[in-house]
Amino acid sequence: MSDRITGLIVAVLALAFFAGASQLESPFFADPVGPKTFPYIIAAIAFISGVTMVVLPDPEPQWPGLVMLGRILIAVVVLVFYAYALKPLGFLLPTALAAGALSYQIVPNRTAATLIGISLSGGLFIIFKFALGLGLFALPRWLWS
Amino acid sequence: MDLLANLALGFSVALTPTTLALAVAGCILGTMIGALPGLGPSNGVAILIPLSFSFGLDATQALVLMTAVYYGAMYGGRISSILLNIPGDEPAMMTTLDGYPMAKQGRAGDALVLSGVASFVGALLATIGLMLLAPILARVAFLFGPAEYFALYLLAFCTLGGIGSKNQAKAAIAVCLGLGIAMIGVDSSTGLTRFTGDSLHLFDGVDFLVAIVGLFAVAEVFVFIESHGKDSAIGVQLEKVTIPVRDIIATRWTMLRSTIIGFVAGLLPGAGASLGSFLAYMSEKAISSDKSKFGKGDPRGVAAPEAGNNAAAGGALVPMLTLGVPGSGTTAVLLALLMTLNITPGPLLFTERPEVVWGLIASLLIANFVLLVLNVPLVKMFSRILQVPAAVLLPAVTMISFVGIFSLSGSHFDLLLMIGFGLLGYALRKLSIPAVPVILGILLGGHMEVSLRRAMVLSDGDWVYLFSSPISIGLWVAAFLGFIAPLFLRSYLKAPKPPGDKI
Repeated sequence: MSDRITGLIVAVLALAFFAGASQLESPFFADPVGPKTFPYIIAAIAFISGVTMVVLPDPEPQWPGLVMLGRILIAVVVLVFYAYALKPLGFLLPTALAAGALSYQIVPNRTAATLIGISLSGGLFIIFKFALGLGLFALPRWLWS
Repeated sequence: MDLLANLALGFSVALTPTTLALAVAGCILGTMIGALPGLGPSNGVAILIPLSFSFGLDATQALVLMTAVYYGAMYGGRISSILLNIPGDEPAMMTTLDGYPMAKQGRAGDALVLSGVASFVGALLATIGLMLLAPILARVAFLFGPAEYFALYLLAFCTLGGIGSKNQAKAAIAVCLGLGIAMIGVDSSTGLTRFTGDSLHLFDGVDFLVAIVGLFAVAEVFVFIESHGKDSAIGVQLEKVTIPVRDIIATRWTMLRSTIIGFVAGLLPGAGASLGSFLAYMSEKAISSDKSKFGKGDPRGVAAPEAGNNAAAGGALVPMLTLGVPGSGTTAVLLALLMTLNITPGPLLFTERPEVVWGLIASLLIANFVLLVLNVPLVKMFSRILQVPAAVLLPAVTMISFVGIFSLSGSHFDLLLMIGFGLLGYALRKLSIPAVPVILGILLGGHMEVSLRRAMVLSDGDWVYLFSSPISIGLWVAAFLGFIAPLFLRSYLKAPKPPGDKI
């Protein structure tokens, strides 16, 4: 079933990609191939392969249970938070939180996760800042200005 | 002689203190990365590339560091295969077949030393092969026009997809996904923007480093969250390490044969180290008179895949440097490094930047001896690394990836894109759609389109031009066979089951 659904998604995406390419305007001085042809070829191959997947699916892969998917979702949320927080909040605090939370998702042990978060944050900061010389800020910049 | 002059130039670059220190550091780092379960050459090199830029290394130095990491990871991959029965990376999978049983018989030290020596033989001879063959191939590459390059890219996609995947349709989808992503951004020959959805962030296209780190490193975190606890094997204790002289002498021809097979497998665009170790193991098994010993801790079964995969690692550098077509996932990552450094691999690299190529080759020759020391007398030290728990390792890898990508662009958009690629990589892994063709597609998509369009300009739109030279016809035939043949060979080429006593 997963393969059939994926194949369908691929086929639809291929059609959308084809439609997107057909909307491009070819400038009059374009080369014989133009900017559309290569995307057309890609879309055609992807469409055929997607349909093949619908017709000839492989055995069903083993998907994780809901609890596990929840954990992965939490990890994604943590990472998105980290992506937004890294610049405004400085390195130390978001890294400690994100590393601790990820570690908790792998092995649910609160004490260990806290320790891992704090020590990774500190250790990596020292490596990045002083060994590699990256321009990182330890703490939020507005604390100074 | 040309070769000696070139080597002298290479060693004059490689023996400068900075370059030498980088090569040694790369070897140590690489062996560690290879030994860590879940981190292999491709994701190890991927997370280090952004950092090597912020470190301000020049082209030769960055290339030497990363290739040393690559070689080191190929050596180190065997450590967890033998001691934990978990391959440290994909090419080291064949080493579990005889390495782990050998370790369970109390010969863990022997297996590690033997495989270390086999790695050394394979990698050293392959580096020499690279040295001899690359300049010749670079001269042949001068005959390549846009039509030939188009066919060559096609060949790389076809063999990589055909051999590396169990389902041709899935391999083709992976390639199309990569090529489609490569189309995003400004079209270089007309200046039109394509598929950007009017987002300013996408005008420059999708940075391939973001895609690589997402697909290789971030996806690994999700896989680990899912599999935690399930995959932990009972490790074999490493007692004392002695040198099994008898085994090394007994397997000398095995090592040589496997080196040749691995090197040739590495040369094929798109095939790479996994194929090298697989073919080396299978052919040693096929020609031996007592096949039943394989899989039960036969020294030949340890030496063959290690010599094979390290030789393939060297061989894979040949098409990457001379033609700009990588032979494996890791060489694709190295190609990304070159492209970011504004070095175009290809025949011109050998004539215009000889110090880069020969500096690299000389550094690799030195690196092999460093790696022999690290992996034979000091192997016990590296086996301790296996005890780093996943709950520490994976967050660390994630944070390093984030900081690396963040230090490149400083925008949170790239970080979000990287998380997206991580999820994509996880879904692809679950659906057994290979991720390497996606990377290759993103890397080569632009070049492939440009060569098609140049060929059409030359022929004024006549498609027959694509098949008009013997080289391009040969490449088209090879591409077709590379994609189709595995369909029929698959039933013969079944990998033997790994020793199944994981807890």
